[in-house]
Amino acid sequence: MKSIIERINQHKFWQFHGGIHPPEQKTLTSGKPIRQLPLPKQLILPLQQHIGRQGDLLVKVGDKVLKGQPLTQSTNPMAVPIHAPTSGIISAIKKSVIAHPSGLSELCIFIDVDFEDTWQPREICQDFTKLSQQQIIKKIADSGIAGMGGAGFPTHIKVNTKPEINFLIINAAECEPYITADDLLMCEQSEAIIDGIKILDQLLNPAFILIGIEDNKPKAIKALQHATKDIEKIKVCVLPTKYPTGGEKQLIKILTGKEVKSGALPIHSGIVVQNVATCFAISDAVINDIPLIRRVVTLTGQALSKPQNIWALLGTPVSHLLEQTGFASQSPSASTPPVTNPPIIMGGPLMGFNILNELVPIVKTSNCILAPNKTEMPSAFDDGSNEVECIRCGQCSDVCPSQLLPQELQWSAKAKDHQQLTKLNLFDCIDCGACAYVCPSQIPLVQYYRVAKAEIRQQQQLDVKSEKAKVRFEARKLRLEKEKIAREEKHKKAAAARKATMNKKTAEGSSASSAVAAALARVKAKKKANEKTKNNNELLDSSDEKIKSSDELPVSSSEVPEKIKANEESEEKSQVKAAIARAKAKRLAKNTSSEPEVITDKKDVTVSEPVVTTKIEEATVSEAIVPDKELPVRSNEKAKHEIEQDNSADDKKAKIAAAVAKAKAKAKAKAKKEKKEPLPISSKEEINTTTTGTDNKKARIAAAVAKAKAKAKAKKEQEKQENLIQVTSSEEQSPFKSSNEE
Amino acid sequence: MNLLIAILVLGLIAALFGAILGYASVRFHVEGDPIVEQIDALLPQTQCGQCGYPGCKPYAEAVANGEAINKCAPGGEDTIKKIADLLGVDVEPLDENHEGNKGPTVAFIIEEDCIGCTKCIQACPVDAILGAAKQMHTILIDECTGCDLCVAPCPVDCIEMRPIPETIQNWQWDLNKIAVKQLD
Repeated sequence: MKSIIERINQHKFWQFHGGIHPPEQKTLTSGKPIRQLPLPKQLILPLQQHIGRQGDLLVKVGDKVLKGQPLTQSTNPMAVPIHAPTSGIISAIKKSVIAHPSGLSELCIFIDVDFEDTWQPREICQDFTKLSQQQIIKKIADSGIAGMGGAGFPTHIKVNTKPEINFLIINAAECEPYITADDLLMCEQSEAIIDGIKILDQLLNPAFILIGIEDNKPKAIKALQHATKDIEKIKVCVLPTKYPTGGEKQLIKILTGKEVKSGALPIHSGIVVQNVATCFAISDAVINDIPLIRRVVTLTGQALSKPQNIWALLGTPVSHLLEQTGFASQSPSASTPPVTNPPIIMGGPLMGFNILNELVPIVKTSNCILAPNKTEMPSAFDDGSNEVECIRCGQCSDVCPSQLLPQELQWSAKAKDHQQLTKLNLFDCIDCGACAYVCPSQIPLVQYYRVAKAEIRQQQQLDVKSEKAKVRFEARKLRLEKEKIAREEKHKKAAAARKATMNKKTAEGSSASSAVAAALARVKAKKKANEKTKNNNELLDSSDEKIKSSDELPVSSSEVPEKIKANEESEEKSQVKAAIARAKAKRLAKNTSSEPEVITDKKDVTVSEPVVTTKIEEATVSEAIVPDKELPVRSNEKAKHEIEQDNSADDKKAKIAAAVAKAKAKAKAKAKKEKKEPLPISSKEEINTTTTGTDNKKARIAAAVAKAKAKAKAKKEQEKQENLIQVTSSEEQSPFKSSNEE
Repeated sequence: MNLLIAILVLGLIAALFGAILGYASVRFHVEGDPIVEQIDALLPQTQCGQCGYPGCKPYAEAVANGEAINKCAPGGEDTIKKIADLLGVDVEPLDENHEGNKGPTVAFIIEEDCIGCTKCIQACPVDAILGAAKQMHTILIDECTGCDLCVAPCPVDCIEMRPIPETIQNWQWDLNKIAVKQLD
């Protein structure tokens, strides 16, 4: 390290590979002081002006904001807040074109300026040396400072480092042609810059502080040397002018001779690089409590009549700046959005990008607006490219500051060979554009690299996503398989249980256990059955059989013959039973529910309670049940029809019965829902069928009970016997119908 | 005699080396990366089933067993080329049934119309749909692969495929938009 300092003291520096000497064009603006502009009418502040994430909004439309008031807050360490550059009213928060080569829109805050420029209360810090490190870092973070050299990396992260720092390098090179913003800032604000450097010194405590400045800024060099003459630690290093000296890695190489490894950060070698404008912003923020709300912007190019550096509030539309510097816009019609017919370039001529809309605002990283005329930059006016074949002259690799192989990269980029590009260290390219500048074939090399870089990044994202999709797919497959096995097991158990009970039934009809079960079921289903039997009977019978048969399919083949026998028996029985029950129920219906209210009630119940048996059957989509769907409707209609026929009045009874039935059904539905909830959703269909099976059984028992009840009632009422017989005979056809349908 | 010795010596040497090679092939046997895994790695993992197989892995298995390589619509020409390279077969144009791939999309549920039938949830190969019976469903955009398998089962047609909007994050430099800035 000593040798480094010795060399620096002797004004000997290292050299980085390559580099170019484009015409500087800095004299257009370097001689004039930084001008203050009148406030624009409106400011447009993009929420995100830096690398990382945008902060969370703190304000809403219609709020009055004071100068320096934070508009967003950062919850993420990579987020940087933005502040109101002047006082005014927030007129809109919407998407607007931002300073990005894509010309895409992002969320922006629009402030209507009130021209009062009222500050929010500030705390001016008299002596920053008394502040603790954390206090300073908090101030820097709250002031929204992001690297002002171009990339916009959040400064509070860069200065909040643990490892020992050997060198703090202040980047004052400003190597790109045309730009003089830092130059003028150093001339006019050298004291404040030195204060900022002292604050950084306090934070990072480096062994040495090196200010790297190109020798084409004599005034700034003098000002800095004057301001630092008493400070031993700070060395002003005057470097030969060469593009891109201001590149971070290049500057480190020149000053210290160290090369930052591919993919590594300078901090790993104990070096921190800060831009000189960032130092000024830090001193403003820590000492004067002024957040980052303004910056020096170079307005230059021969299309401007008054090129000059200006203090621009962040969010100032470029159109306002161009107006103030005498830009002859060629879009006089106010109705159409201003189109940049003559090119406007944000950033320098080598690394900048064309802006497509003059409403683009100044952001934290915009250091230059370049409006060239046709003679000084003809290529910017050409729509098409004059690109011709590569002649393999090798000039590009001679000038590449990252020692890459630009022509090989170009071929691979054209072939979209991402693997080869990564192998050729494409990501070490700093986008400086030196290769494109020297290319005699006018190949826009750097644009190819930008495209390729974006593609590779996107491909990486897609790879991550597809890997995630694969994992999710595999997980789903595994889950489905597990569920299938569980289901089959359950079916087997259920089928076995059913078989056992059925055997008992067919053998004796009433064992002790079934009697108990029947009794229990009777109590439960009593009332519910009353209203259900009518429209369920047909449905229950036919669907029950189907479900049974479908449920029994997975059972081993040896059991099947028995099953079928049992099935047949029960089929016949149940058909007869059902027919009788239906008839009885109808009679009951005639007697009790002679008014439409009951029906609506019943409908309500069935419709609103998803787990009531009929509903389940309707909801389950298994094909076996589909033909049955029509049946409840039919029976319903019939019931209605009959009810309409004979309007014998038994309103009160019916109403009470219906109400009780509703309550019961609801309670039951609830209980069932609870039962169902813990089970996974996708197996629902199967569960539904099984529950339908058990439900059906219950319902059948209930139906039997209801029958008995109905009989009793019917005896009491003793009405219209003949009519009943007719109905029964007509109804008896339906089971055959349904069995035919099967 | 000399001839015999020469034959004998050469024969011995041949036998020796043969034995060494034979031993080495058993001892240092390398389990080659199974071809199915390699094909699967090339497929886009949308699990869309447009190839007629229930997912990318099954299609990879089918390709390894001689199925046509041009059935992956989301992968497009690129994937076909890669698989052709891997398998050493000719590149075929994308299967006619699958042409018209319109760039990346993501499913979107029009939530006012959703009846909560869970059919789309069952159709989604990557569990990217959130919802329950009788509850409104919604798509996890980050997990959706844009396979459009959920569109067909929806009984009320409330799912549509929307192109992924262009943002700063996924924007691609357009070569023709930027003129090269060059000084004289």
